[in-house]
Amino acid sequence: MFNIVIVGVGGQGTLLASKILGQLAMNNGYDVRVSEVHGMSQRGGSVVTYVRMSNDAPLYSSIVEQGQADIVLAFENLEALRALPYLKPDGTMVVNTQQILPMPVITGATKYPVDCLERVEAAAKTIKINAVEIAHECGTYRAANVVLMGVCAKMLPFSADEWHKAIEQCVKPKFLEVNINAFDRGYNFK
Amino acid sequence: MKKLLLGNEAIARGAYEAGVRVSSAYPGTPSTEINENVATYPEIYSEWAPNEKVAVEVALGAAVSGARSLACMKHVGLNVAADPFFTATYTGVNAGMVVVVADDPGMHSSQNEQDTRMLARASHAPVLDPSSSQECKDFLKIAYEISEKYDTPVIFRVTTRIAHARTLVELEDRVELPLREYNRDIKKYVSMPANMIGRHLYVEERERRLAEDANTLPINKIEWADRKVGVITSGAAYNYVKEAMPNASVLKLGLAYPMPRKLIEEFAKGVEKLYVIEDMEPFYEDTIKAWGIECSGKDLTGVQGELFARKIAAKFDGAEEAGPMNTPGIPARPPVLCPGCPHRGLYHVLGKLKLTVCSDIGCYTLGALPPLSGVDTCVCMGASIGMAHGMEKARGHAQAKKTVAVLGDSTFCHSGLTGLLNMAYNRSVGTVIVADNSITGMTGHQNNPANGYDIHGEPTTALNLEKLCEAMGIQHVRIVDPFDLKELEKVVREETEREELSVIISRRPCALIVKQPGVSFVCDSEKCRNCGMCMKIGCPAIRKTETGVAVDPTQCVGCGLCAQLCHFGALNPEA
Repeated sequence: MFNIVIVGVGGQGTLLASKILGQLAMNNGYDVRVSEVHGMSQRGGSVVTYVRMSNDAPLYSSIVEQGQADIVLAFENLEALRALPYLKPDGTMVVNTQQILPMPVITGATKYPVDCLERVEAAAKTIKINAVEIAHECGTYRAANVVLMGVCAKMLPFSADEWHKAIEQCVKPKFLEVNINAFDRGYNFK
Repeated sequence: MKKLLLGNEAIARGAYEAGVRVSSAYPGTPSTEINENVATYPEIYSEWAPNEKVAVEVALGAAVSGARSLACMKHVGLNVAADPFFTATYTGVNAGMVVVVADDPGMHSSQNEQDTRMLARASHAPVLDPSSSQECKDFLKIAYEISEKYDTPVIFRVTTRIAHARTLVELEDRVELPLREYNRDIKKYVSMPANMIGRHLYVEERERRLAEDANTLPINKIEWADRKVGVITSGAAYNYVKEAMPNASVLKLGLAYPMPRKLIEEFAKGVEKLYVIEDMEPFYEDTIKAWGIECSGKDLTGVQGELFARKIAAKFDGAEEAGPMNTPGIPARPPVLCPGCPHRGLYHVLGKLKLTVCSDIGCYTLGALPPLSGVDTCVCMGASIGMAHGMEKARGHAQAKKTVAVLGDSTFCHSGLTGLLNMAYNRSVGTVIVADNSITGMTGHQNNPANGYDIHGEPTTALNLEKLCEAMGIQHVRIVDPFDLKELEKVVREETEREELSVIISRRPCALIVKQPGVSFVCDSEKCRNCGMCMKIGCPAIRKTETGVAVDPTQCVGCGLCAQLCHFGALNPEA
């Protein structure tokens, strides 16, 4: 069983990531539950998506709770810090090293923690990647989510071919090539 | 074939397979994707209605005339639709009719935590409560059978975690049903007192019959396990109970109302200690206790927010209850108006003029958050207009001069028309601002009667707001571009000052539906005096730096509001 939490800021493309993961798990005969966020928080708020997959015990809840996540996939530094409690003690944090300032920081009501990533790294096994830059090199910064999928792929028991297939099933044909490239860059990230 | 479907997609699929012919809905989180997906099946006529009341009336008309029908809404939508619905349970249907109502425990995207089961009971409608996408599809088909067998509209209640969770669903074929014969039946379908006295007797008898049959309905099922602990549950709560208390015996209620008394008594007798675990109100618990059966539930779980497995486990096996996720010291990230949002300029002007703002339900509610902090009230769809009018009538014309009602085009079509008519009719001198962004924004961009496109994106008749106001006898209707701050301020000043009713249409399409974003702005650090004027509008694309401000080119869409506020010409389109 794998519990994955995807966190980010509304509009960053976390829903595509969960869709690919869900499709992949289903293709491989896993039971799967994905819990998405729609509505108000999609307007630039914190968004959390849960993906659970199992090929042994049955799944009931669609929610990953504190201390249950094998992987947290964070699209933004502050959201990574916020999501730390989700991780199991031996879980892995994959973080896209991007900073998006929340409004209370922009207005000066509070400060963005300068040591955000250090705190994440001190608390958990962490893989940092500038997925936006890599995606940009692949053709569009919007594919950052798929770069992160590539990093995540190394921790899950599915072949690169299976991932490619799931991506093909989830993205529009005209964006397939850029997404496959983005995935491969993430997959080969060291 | 199996597919990974959202609960809402599965409901749409269920409608398709059940042979539904007509579907009407108003968008509302967490229900919106149901009708969006119904619209992908050409076999079903689907539409966006201006509001939920109309949607239920359309569904009722279709059902009475012999076609299986569907209406979908969020929980508060049923309040709007309560009028037709509470009498539809008397008239009954002909072909099956289901009203899907999506509750939002935890208020992810809603203004309250009302429990639809309570309204269903008040209206004497049966309620189904699924726990997975597969059940969303299967139960919906059962709902149509119940509707036809017991001659009543049925409520299909989901919650956010069911509506917006993807789980595996086995697809089946559509069953094409012929239209049922329609015959005039005045005693049944004309809700005059003399007729409805008879129908009320029928409602009572029907409910008794269904409650009896519920004892053997397969979707109410006992899962015997350890008999020390028994749990009665349904919906999303069932999932959490199965994870938190894997050894407990469970009575899962697929039909939430009417409740199967004999089955519950049998279950209660079979376990040593009985618990009722349900999201929101103590709906089952109160009834079970009223039957003299000892149980506990809300004393452990409370009525606030969502249930989770750990919350339940903490009560039963002493597992540590999860602490709050918002660790102190980590800045919150509330939702914001998007870069380029036309509402931003509007709220900036209203704030500058220090007006009392009765706002409404939509993206523009976000104008209440800092730094704009520009909203006094927001209650329900359309309330902006009624409340502004009430303030005027309570406090006089002086109040009207410093008050505006603000609501979007879709909200205006939903529930604003009648409020505006009331203002015109009752000699208001107030000012109503329609923030017309040509779309239903917050729910994810659905077309509406004011934008000229239907649910399929096909062109159709568009409401002409200006002419509508004119027809109501409103003399002063102004149209203004909210990106033109000077003009907007001038118009708002003039119209609030005026001792007559006026409508300002603040017209500019939603930034997210504009296909070609403009050129990003940049800050010229030589000219920037670091005065902070541009920061007042709360644009997420602008941030303070050591020396001034910086514009994030990946977020900026070039609306230029910041440049209009800058006195030093420091903000300009990227060369």
